[in-house]
Amino acid sequence: MAAPALTRKDFASAQEVRWCPGCGDYSILAQVQKVLPDLGIPKENIVFISGIGCSSRFPYYMETYGFHSIHGRAPTLASGLKASRPELSIWVITGDGDGLSIGGNHLLHVMRRNIDLTIVLFNNQIYGLTKGQYSPTSEFGKKTKTSPLGNIDFPIRPLSVALAAEASFVARSVDADVKHMQQVLERAARHKGTSFVEVYQNCVIFNDGAFDGFATKEQRPEHTVQLVHGKPLVFGAKRDKGIRLNGFTPEVVTLGNGITESDLLVHNEALHDPTLGMLLDRMTHPDFPVPVGVFRAVERPTYEDMMTDQIQRAVERRGAGELGQLFREGDVWEVKAKDANRVP
Amino acid sequence: MSSAPAGRPVERKEVDRVTIRFAGDSGDGMQLVGTQFTNASAVLGNDVSTLPDYPAEIRAPQGSLPGVSAFQLSFASEDIFTPGDQPDVLVAMNPAALKVNLPDLPHGATIIVNDDEFNATNLRKAGYDKNPLDDDGLSGYRVHRVPITSANARALADSGLTANEIDRCKNFFALGLMFWLYDRPLEATLRTIEEKFEGKPQVREANKTTLKAGHAFAETAEMFPASFRVPPARLEPGMYRNITGNAATALGFVAASQLCGRPLFYGSYPITPASEILQDLARYKNFGVRTFQAEDEIAGIGTAIGAAYGGALGLTGTSGPGLALKGEAIGLAVMTELPLVIVNVQRAGPSTGLPTKTEQSDLLQAMFGRNGESPVAVVAPCSPGDCFHMAIEAARIAIRHMTPVIYLSDGYLGNGSEPWRIPDLESLPRFPVEFPTDPATFKPYARDEKTLARPWGIPGTPGLEHRLGGLEKANVTGMVCYDAANHDLMVKLRAEKVARIAADIPEQPVFGPSEGDVLVISWGGTYGAVRTAVQSAQRDGFRVAHAHVRYIHPMPANLGEVVKRYRRVLVPELNLGQLLFLLRARYLVDAIGLNKVAGQPFRSLEVYEKIAELCRPNN
Repeated sequence: MAAPALTRKDFASAQEVRWCPGCGDYSILAQVQKVLPDLGIPKENIVFISGIGCSSRFPYYMETYGFHSIHGRAPTLASGLKASRPELSIWVITGDGDGLSIGGNHLLHVMRRNIDLTIVLFNNQIYGLTKGQYSPTSEFGKKTKTSPLGNIDFPIRPLSVALAAEASFVARSVDADVKHMQQVLERAARHKGTSFVEVYQNCVIFNDGAFDGFATKEQRPEHTVQLVHGKPLVFGAKRDKGIRLNGFTPEVVTLGNGITESDLLVHNEALHDPTLGMLLDRMTHPDFPVPVGVFRAVERPTYEDMMTDQIQRAVERRGAGELGQLFREGDVWEVKAKDANRVP
Repeated sequence: MSSAPAGRPVERKEVDRVTIRFAGDSGDGMQLVGTQFTNASAVLGNDVSTLPDYPAEIRAPQGSLPGVSAFQLSFASEDIFTPGDQPDVLVAMNPAALKVNLPDLPHGATIIVNDDEFNATNLRKAGYDKNPLDDDGLSGYRVHRVPITSANARALADSGLTANEIDRCKNFFALGLMFWLYDRPLEATLRTIEEKFEGKPQVREANKTTLKAGHAFAETAEMFPASFRVPPARLEPGMYRNITGNAATALGFVAASQLCGRPLFYGSYPITPASEILQDLARYKNFGVRTFQAEDEIAGIGTAIGAAYGGALGLTGTSGPGLALKGEAIGLAVMTELPLVIVNVQRAGPSTGLPTKTEQSDLLQAMFGRNGESPVAVVAPCSPGDCFHMAIEAARIAIRHMTPVIYLSDGYLGNGSEPWRIPDLESLPRFPVEFPTDPATFKPYARDEKTLARPWGIPGTPGLEHRLGGLEKANVTGMVCYDAANHDLMVKLRAEKVARIAADIPEQPVFGPSEGDVLVISWGGTYGAVRTAVQSAQRDGFRVAHAHVRYIHPMPANLGEVVKRYRRVLVPELNLGQLLFLLRARYLVDAIGLNKVAGQPFRSLEVYEKIAELCRPNN
């Protein structure tokens, strides 16, 4: 008899959710809980691993296996777990500070190794849990508690980092667009290899409205562009605008007056060369609509599969390891009963 | 057996123990010939002990003083514990090697120099105004001048190799010479050359030729009045191989993996002198071993914790400064009460320190180097062969007690070698793992009555879904908990859990009288020097005993009672008194330290003199 299908409720733990009222994290939690039942993975095989920060409380709220670890290191725990238990479905939950600042190094390496993990980076462009300091994605000049005269760090672009590390699945969504986020998360979870999803997430206390210029329901049509594989980049409430390439530079054009969809940049998420994705990530609001959707989705061998394969081949070639034999590697000699070998 | 031509009969003297030091430029292959001489001696049945000593630079300037690389070995017809205090023989391949090593030689020692290299350039590089071989500065020694470079070149004139390639073979000429002098067989080394240079037939033949040429030269040059013979040692019966501490550590963990029935995962970042453990384990894939060369030390331990969380035997390895980086993650493993072994092959610190030199100054870091009350078990092997057994012990304690265990080896143990009696598989402890599976009874922080260990519930088990993490957890349920009384309870439970390991480890053995004037307490790699010193002191009539502590936290249950039975307690350490600090705090004993922080192991004589001083009635 098949087990009854899981529902969203099956993934809510008994722990009371303690994020600030109105926090974007609630939406992400809800969408993950909504997507999981559709994946058909037994609940006991799902693990959420996080670092430190508001986002990283996430595992406590999931009725799955979970590990709330230490600042920035979630990708390392996830790597070790996946490498030794490839059958598990592992999610890494991180924030812009946790993932890109203290844990930047690990994020880079987990993606280039293509370990089959789904990484969701909550980007609110501020430090929330430590109460309002600028983060690696905060805009230049931003005034915060630790930058009273304006931030002089230039912000990092999370997707460009992911693409440079050649993550095999790279996508972006926003907390307010629940349908879109579900689609992106489901595809990310189904992807084999490292999936990296950036979610623009509103911090109501320390950076409220940071994404209002493009992320709200009202602004979205005019200020975001949906990336759809094989389709031209069209946007606008009236679908009357598009992105055209001028050499290596994207530009916004209005359709009509001789400009048609065939002049527009056609999205191709399957390119192994990450250049197109990088170029799209250069498009910055308000000069451009913010691209959302899947930037890149390619197939590459995963780290854990290659590791398992090497082990299997070693066993085939040399036989399953036998300790007695291993101990006797190299020059071995025997000492017979005590004193007997004292040669005259 | 040798293939050398028959020469005049020589006198053959039998001796009990010889200590040789090969010294040359770091490109001269001294570590290689030292290892070969060691293996040849081990195969003959001698007890052996080695001390490689090389510069941290891959290639310091040729012929310079900092570029000198040395390999000391002692071989004997008796059970020995150290590579020898002072070399009986120094092989010096150039003037710098002579200058650096001369201060360590006792009066009357034999010095064999490569005469060809004592030219104006090399003498200048070594800081000699004139050739030390030409004046009477070496009159207290037996100096043999052998034209090693030119004799090697003559032997290989027809080899087809370039002059540079020929020159690189001269270490084997020197080895052949020493093989003759100490009556060692060439066969094992010839076999090694076959394997090592399998793909380079010319180099292979050249090395074999020059090894034999060196042997023949010694026999025909009538330079040495006698050759020496060291009969086999009386070792425990059994099969033996020569092993370094790092190799034994790797084997120990592979064995541990089979003994507990869990796959081994080793997450590590390369660092001297721990890298060989990662390299060795990477070769054992057919044992199901998974090695993960991480991007840094923190990732190394992070992956190991992840693997341990998933039910593997999770290990990470490093050396001193790497342990500092792992501190936060060790705290996480303490909080989540996962089994994890952290290998630290200590080196001289602080910071980068002396990367290739030994020290045992990370003990207090291992004990206390974390935030909060963060107890972990600490064990330390005492010899290269003991690394095998203590690796198994570290894994056993970690799994049985659900705790991180720090395994403190050091550069001296890791690189040094000795004959290792291959263990009988049946004699090794088995510690099978039982993972909980029953959702009705599973509580993540319920505790075993005896050990206080929590159950190891792993992902993939239906109905056991739970959350671990660095935030304090409620006892039994494992829910996040900020309650003051609960934190107080959990801190005490974690400490008590580690303290109870004392009931699961052997009592402290004492070597020597059960009471007396002095008890020497040591730990780690100083075992050999201390044991040798205590033996000599006992032979000389001193009332002295030795307790070598391999389980450092917790300490063996009887140790407190043992220390009270002696008038004085002496604690020799290669640090400024770290075990001393722990012993004084724990047992309120007025112990005194013998401390050396020179990047070099103790000489047994240094320890002996201190014992003798303390045994005097008014001390």
